[in-house]
Amino acid sequence: MSQTKTKDHAALAGAFIKDEERVDWHDGALWYIREKRDIAAKQIPEWEQLREAASMIKSNVISNLHEYLLQFEANLKKNGVTVHWADSAEEHNEIVYSILKAKEINQMVKSKSMLTEECHLNEYLEERGIEVINSDLGEYIQQIDNEPPSHIVLPCIHKRKEEIGELFHEHLGTEKGLSDPTLLTRVARKHLRNIFLTRRGALTGVNFAVAETGEYVVCTNEGNADMGAHLSEVQIASMGLEKIIPQKKHLGIFLRLLARSATGQPITIYSSHYKKPRKGQEMHLILVDAGRTRQLGRKDFRDSLKCIKCGSCMNTCPVYRKSGGLSYHNTISGPIGAILAPNLDMKRHADLPFASTLCGSCSNVCPVKINIHEQLYKWRQVIVKEGYAANTKALGMKTMAWTLSSPGKFTKAGRAGRWFLQNVPFVVNNKFNPWYKQRDMPEGPKESFAEWFIKNENKKP
Amino acid sequence: MNVGLFIPCYVNQFYPNAAKATLQLLQKSGVNVIYPVNQTCCGQPMANSGFEHLSKGCNDLFIENFSAFDYIVGPSASCILHIKDHLHSDKDEQQAAIIRTKVYELVEFLTDVIKIEKLDAFFPHKVGLHHSCHGLRGLYLSQMSELNAPPFSKPQYLLNMVKGLEQIKLDRLDECCGFGGTFCVAEEAVSVKMGKDRVTDHSKNGAEYITSSDLSCLMHLEGILHRNKSKVKVIHIAEILNAAT
Repeated sequence: MSQTKTKDHAALAGAFIKDEERVDWHDGALWYIREKRDIAAKQIPEWEQLREAASMIKSNVISNLHEYLLQFEANLKKNGVTVHWADSAEEHNEIVYSILKAKEINQMVKSKSMLTEECHLNEYLEERGIEVINSDLGEYIQQIDNEPPSHIVLPCIHKRKEEIGELFHEHLGTEKGLSDPTLLTRVARKHLRNIFLTRRGALTGVNFAVAETGEYVVCTNEGNADMGAHLSEVQIASMGLEKIIPQKKHLGIFLRLLARSATGQPITIYSSHYKKPRKGQEMHLILVDAGRTRQLGRKDFRDSLKCIKCGSCMNTCPVYRKSGGLSYHNTISGPIGAILAPNLDMKRHADLPFASTLCGSCSNVCPVKINIHEQLYKWRQVIVKEGYAANTKALGMKTMAWTLSSPGKFTKAGRAGRWFLQNVPFVVNNKFNPWYKQRDMPEGPKESFAEWFIKNENKKP
Repeated sequence: MNVGLFIPCYVNQFYPNAAKATLQLLQKSGVNVIYPVNQTCCGQPMANSGFEHLSKGCNDLFIENFSAFDYIVGPSASCILHIKDHLHSDKDEQQAAIIRTKVYELVEFLTDVIKIEKLDAFFPHKVGLHHSCHGLRGLYLSQMSELNAPPFSKPQYLLNMVKGLEQIKLDRLDECCGFGGTFCVAEEAVSVKMGKDRVTDHSKNGAEYITSSDLSCLMHLEGILHRNKSKVKVIHIAEILNAAT
């Protein structure tokens, strides 16, 4: 969905970094999770084989998506689930609204679903008089603060506990200054318990949809998906087309990888299987495209659809850790967000593939082995060719390419470069040069290696 | 064995001592080193910024300068990786493909081709090893911390041969320094914060020198160290390996 955007990643990250103490604990908290992930992964001797197997299964899925989706749909119907297909975010939202409206439901509880965040479902329903409460604690906190999640697994990882205490004081009436996580969680638990008991409609996301059985699996640590779904008259699940796995036995690979990659846990606390409606309950499942088939058609980028949304690429990404998830101005942030977002709106997200040093850590923690950093490089080429790079940048690059493609021009430019550094430091070392803002320039030597070589080495017999 | 010495543009201009040390190390190892004086750049600055199509001139010039050699060796993991992954040519793709298989970063050339077993080097200092990401995850100079796989490190293997050198332990073994090519100016705030945090890891663990097989990382870290008047210095690994007893 298009939204107005005023600042790019660099500017938003720059603002986040101003509070260096916050950056340090944000970085530290996520690095701690990366380390927990490493420990968990290294306890399993077959870890790398698991990644390879998962990657191959997902390759099979995205290569045969059509068949698997039809098989899944047929099995869902057999199980008594109503199936809906949504081409776009808008269509998805309309479907949810029509299901709720038919049952005259005006309050819904929703467990974590990045897809519905991507579709801006809450806003859509609220405009039509339907109240939605996010039941994942992190998402709930983000909702009452009127902010999107900054991380797909840890939605409010950028917030201090004192800030959460302040929000709870304002919205849930806790004592001012209360910031003890256990006490705050108890208050949220009590509040959400009442929501679960009174909501007739519940929506969940989907982690894995099993084509051969028509069941789907939702992974949570809080049990909030179950509490919403078990007490509902109408249960809705929204899933992106790519969430399919062929067979139930494949869960043995994906469930082991997901939690270890995400948080270093051996498994999520709840891995809930949903298959058939209870007596008197309605179950709906919405299959959403919203740009996914377009991405499937992009040869260099289709593998991004293998993603199982574990968030490990965010935790390991030093750029993410230092800049915060909201600086990516997209529902899915971090490295995976940066390769998914340009597919949705290339102009709006033209900055994201450049918000990386291409260090490659993301690709190597990814449980389904998506070549994230290579796709970032490739998106850069596409974005420049499509004309979304700033004109000044293009001009600079042309000059650089012109200089570097000719030995003569390069030698002259090199001399000039060193001459400036040695003789007129304020020319290069000024505030218009972003390098110099917080870094010194290298001290230019008197002669280049080439000059020295021609003088000395060439004379040797 | 004829080895073409590839000295990346910024090393040539800003760090001639690292280039000299590379040349001397190769000469000491007994290979015939030739430095083609008309070389410039691998083309990475353009390509990583999304302007791969503008690096054609650099690519053809590289092929022209280096196709005659048995091996091409350079003291910069990042530039070598770029050649290995992205050197193509409309004029002579066959030659480009051959070159992609015979370019080596200095450390891996010494350990994998020369199979060096001892070095006559002396460097009595505490040294922190910075793994450049392109060297680590691109050229596999060391085992990366992300994988569940046996550890190894080619630069460490060489540094262990240097007399007097003491390697310090880091809190974060192989985190990116934040240079990232044009990233360092396009994302100035993030780049500097990443660099500051790397520098702190080295300095608080007692490093007198930070070394690496990539001078681009070191140039960035040096800029931060210098600005903050730190006593910690940067030095290319070739200069340590070539440091006389």
